[in-house]
Order: sequence, then C-alpha cells, then structure tokens
Amino acid sequence: MTVTFATRHFRAEREGDWARLEGLLDQLEKKSPRRLSDADLVDLPRLYRATLSALSIARATSLDASLVGYLEALSTRAYFALYSAREPWWQQVKAFFTTGWPRAVRAIAPELLLATALLILSAVAAYHLVRTDPAWYSAMISPELASGRDMNASAATLRGSLYAPPDQGGLHVFATSLFTHNSQVAITAFALGFLFGIPTIILSVQNGAMAGAMFAAFVPHGLGWGLFAWLMIHGTTEIGAIAIAAAAGMHIGRAVAFPGERTRMAAAADAGRRGAVVMIGVILMLLVAGLLEGFARQLVNDDSARLAIGAMMLALWTLYFTFGGRRGAA
Amino acid sequence: MARRERKARRPRVPQTLDRQLVTPEGVPLNLRLGSAGARAGAFLIDAIIMVAVLIGASLLIASLAIGGPRGAASLYAVVWLLGFFLLRNFYFVLFEAGKRAATPGKRLLKLRVVSRDGGRLTGSAVLARNLLREIEVFLPLFFLAFAFAEGMATAWTATLALGWALILVFLPLFNRDRLRAGDLIAGTWVVEREVRTLGEDLLIQTAHASDQARISPFSAAELDAYGAFELQRLEEVLRRNDRADLYAVATAIRRKLGRREEGYDLAFLEAYYAALRHHLERKLLFGQRKRDKFDRFGAG
Repeated sequence: MTVTFATRHFRAEREGDWARLEGLLDQLEKKSPRRLSDADLVDLPRLYRATLSALSIARATSLDASLVGYLEALSTRAYFALYSAREPWWQQVKAFFTTGWPRAVRAIAPELLLATALLILSAVAAYHLVRTDPAWYSAMISPELASGRDMNASAATLRGSLYAPPDQGGLHVFATSLFTHNSQVAITAFALGFLFGIPTIILSVQNGAMAGAMFAAFVPHGLGWGLFAWLMIHGTTEIGAIAIAAAAGMHIGRAVAFPGERTRMAAAADAGRRGAVVMIGVILMLLVAGLLEGFARQLVNDDSARLAIGAMMLALWTLYFTFGGRRGAA
Repeated sequence: MARRERKARRPRVPQTLDRQLVTPEGVPLNLRLGSAGARAGAFLIDAIIMVAVLIGASLLIASLAIGGPRGAASLYAVVWLLGFFLLRNFYFVLFEAGKRAATPGKRLLKLRVVSRDGGRLTGSAVLARNLLREIEVFLPLFFLAFAFAEGMATAWTATLALGWALILVFLPLFNRDRLRAGDLIAGTWVVEREVRTLGEDLLIQTAHASDQARISPFSAAELDAYGAFELQRLEEVLRRNDRADLYAVATAIRRKLGRREEGYDLAFLEAYYAALRHHLERKLLFGQRKRDKFDRFGAG
C-alpha cells in the first residue's frame, strides 16, 4: 500500500536517535559534562539538531499528538542543556576577578559618586546638627548601638571604647558577626533599589548620619582624630562596600525609572545582572572589612598605624577598580 | 474612526501560560510557565527544607559545643554564624546555579529557571533574582516579628509591612508572565520542565488477527467523517485502553458511520484510527489540514 509511507517509517528511522539523545541528557543532568566520552560530546549537538528537525517535520506531517508532544519536550530539554552550558567554575572565578568585578563597578560609577556624596554629606550634616543641639544624638543613634558612648559620656569612657582591649578572646566571633551583619545590610540596600532606589538612598543617609553623630560625641573631648582612625582602619573597606552596594541598588532604581531607549524590562534585567556581579564583590569586601575590624583594629592600638592600614586599603581598592580589567574587549 | 483603528492594531496579549521560544535554528518551541500555585508550593518546600537544615545543624553544633573542649565554643559560634548566613543568602543561588537550574522544591514540582531571552542563564542572573528575596521574604518577616514584639503600639508599621509584603508576594499574580520582583531584575522566568516518554506506535495493530479480518475496509466517505481533533481524542482513548471507554467510543463512531458490526471494539478502533490517520496525513502532505469534523476546508 502506498499510504503506509507517513509517520510510521519516519518514526522507525529516527527512534534510535531520540532514545540516545534522551540517554545523553539524563547523563548530563546527573554528572558533569566532562564525564561524557568524546564521541558522546560530538554526538550531542548533532542529535539535538536532528531531533529539532524531526520536530518540524512531525508538526507539519504527523497527526500523532503523543509523538509531537514527545519531540517537543525532548527538544526543549536538549535546548536548555546545550545552550545553558556554562564555563567551569574556576574560569568563572578568574573572569570575575580579572574583568567582571572591576568593570561592573566602573559601570555604576555615577551612582557610586552619588552614594559616596550622600554618605559624606549626611555625616557632615549630622555632625553639625548634633553639635548645635545634642538632643539630635539620640534620634540618630539608638541606645543599644551607642552603648554608653553618648553626649554625656566622660572622656575616659570614650577613650576606653577606642583603645581598650576587647573583653574576651572571641575576636573571630566578633569578626564573623560583623561580617554577616554588614553583608545582610548591604544585600538589603541592594534589594531595596528595586523600589526606584529611594529606600536605598534613605538607608545610606541614615548610615552617614550615624557616623556624623558619633563624631559629634567624640570631637569635644579631643578624640576626633582617634575616632577617625578607629573608624577608618576597616571603614575604607566597609564604608566603600556599603557605598558600592547602595550604588548598585540605585543603579537598578535608575534603570527601572529611566530605562532610556531600551524597554523597562530589558533595562532592569541588565542593571540587575550587573548589580549582582557587584554584590558578590561587596560581600567579599565586607569579609575583608570584618577581618580588619575584628582582628586588626583590636590588635593595632596606634592611631597612625590604624590610619596607614585604612589608607592602604583605600588605595588598593581605588587602584583595582580604576585599572582592573581594562585590557581586552570591554 | 482613528480610535477604532488603534484598538484593532494593538497586539493581542496571551492570557495563557504558554510562551514561545524560537531557537537559533529557527524552530519555535512551546514553553509553559510555572503556575503561581506550583511556584508557591516549591517555595514552601524549600522553606521547610531550610528551616529543617537550620534546626538540625543548630542542634548538632550545640551538642558538639557542649560536649567539646571549653575553648572551642567560640569556634562553633563562628561556624554557626557563617552557616546561617550562607543558608539564608545562598541556598537558592547554589541550587539554581547548578545544571538543573532548580532548587529541590522546584525539582519536585517540575520547574526550572530559564533566561527570558532564551539565552544562557548566567550566575549573575541567578544571584540577582535571589538577592531580592531579602526584601520579599526576610524583611517583611522581621517587620512582623518586630510588630508582635512591640504590641499594638506599632500597629501602623505592621499594617504597612504587611501591605508591602503582600504586594511583593502576590506580584507574580499581577503580571502575565508570573514574574517575581527577582525575576524582573534578573531577566528570568520559571517554566515547567517536561519529561515525556514516547508512546506506543498506534499504527501497529495489537488486536487479534481474526478480529482484524472481520473489519471491512473504510470508504472515503467514512474517512471524511472526522478531523484531526477527533483523531487525537481517539488516540487518547486507545492509549488509555479502558474497556468501557473503548465500547462507548466505538459505538459512537459506528453510529456516525452507519455501521452495524458489534463487538471487536479494539480491533475496530485500531483499524479506524490507522485508516483515518493515513487519510488525514496524506491530505496534510498536500497542504490540506482538516482541523475537526466541522472543518469543510479539508473535506473535498
């Protein structure tokens, strides 16, 4: 009979290929691609294209719903397996440090300037507010955070808070809790950028104000310089990281509010992915800051040494973000 | 006039969860977005796993710290702090950055994350979509806990936090693509992961040969009675292979065709399926697709 052409032969001829592709995909999902043999790796794209073309033919010529559905599901699975293949981990890590991170930070430079300016300005404003009216102090710093370091504290208490050796030997616990807490704050600042960046701005102003108010308490006792050194040994890293996180948040907020020529969705997705790269870096920076704050600050008690470490870190970060990843295609 | 024209030109928006992805080879693939219910279920499973891991690990670390030497207690505290931080922020990231692009909850409910543009799902996209959980889940939770601790004095903040949380939690219901805030930022969406097995070839007759012999060949008029839609319903019935269904369908088809033979339902349906499919597929080769029995186009 002539009618027996049709999909029966079509299916019988190709069924083996489909089963093989299915088997390879099962293996690929369970194991690493490196475990597949060379022959399998060569076959995978060929089988994928054969299945895809079989799908096109089946859609046009076959009325077997189960066959078309099967080919559709298999092609989709193979598509995601093949086109979502990623580079090995170590290569991604290398690319992140050599190009990805510094480039992403440079891409958000305008927001970074804005975030830094906000932090500094709010600190200066808070300082002047508290100097003129000490009642402002409690509005900006909660009693738990101040822990006795308020406007009425004696010079001795304040000096003690800067230079006294830590209570217990638990420096590593201290450093770890600083790291996790700060990272959480940075992640929140980043995530809040989604709401047009406004909460992020509020958060950075609040952080700046806290630092400013702190200075207002210390400066009258002649401890301004000491507080500066106490803050800056880790602050250049930590405040830098917070500013970068806030900038990444604002970057998203700006993309959502002013997408330019792209669609709003495309702009948001672009900014979000860039922001995520920046955030990995921020978490790493905060890890460094936590170590500096938890160990170095408690072990180094000299103002100029503290300042030197802080300045060195600042120079290091600035150089890295300015010149890192300049070579190669942008 | 002008108004009506503009209305007509507006593209129709799909109301279903079916989306199309065109591969670089130029073949459109149909994707189905994960439903809101499946997404919520997957999250719930993941949340339960996270809480279980947290409790289990805390108990383990606590028992080790109590049993171990005194000086090591602070070391356990460090491990716990770091573990909590990693669990909270990177549970979703690590699983979704894997080959299956799905957390255990998503895997159980047959979902996976893919890039909306059909390209590769990058690590930064996975990170972006999951860092946003911080304001979607954890911040409202803290607000609520805070509100409970403070009592009625902060009913205002509690209401605000609850409203905010509700907006973000139900955001997927307010857009056609079921996007979370995190999906918006990362350019991703969540689709159903379908694994199907290839069904039996129904053109191969399974009924007894003596039964097959009793079915007289079908005339052209008999084969024009139905279209592709009915053929595929018949396919479903044959695959299910339920005696009562076979009897009901065979009776209905016989009545429509005006055939008298009784019995041999399976043989009859198989023969009719094969004949109808050959008939319709041959027409398909000539560019005539008869969609269903009401379709006059393919009839001639």
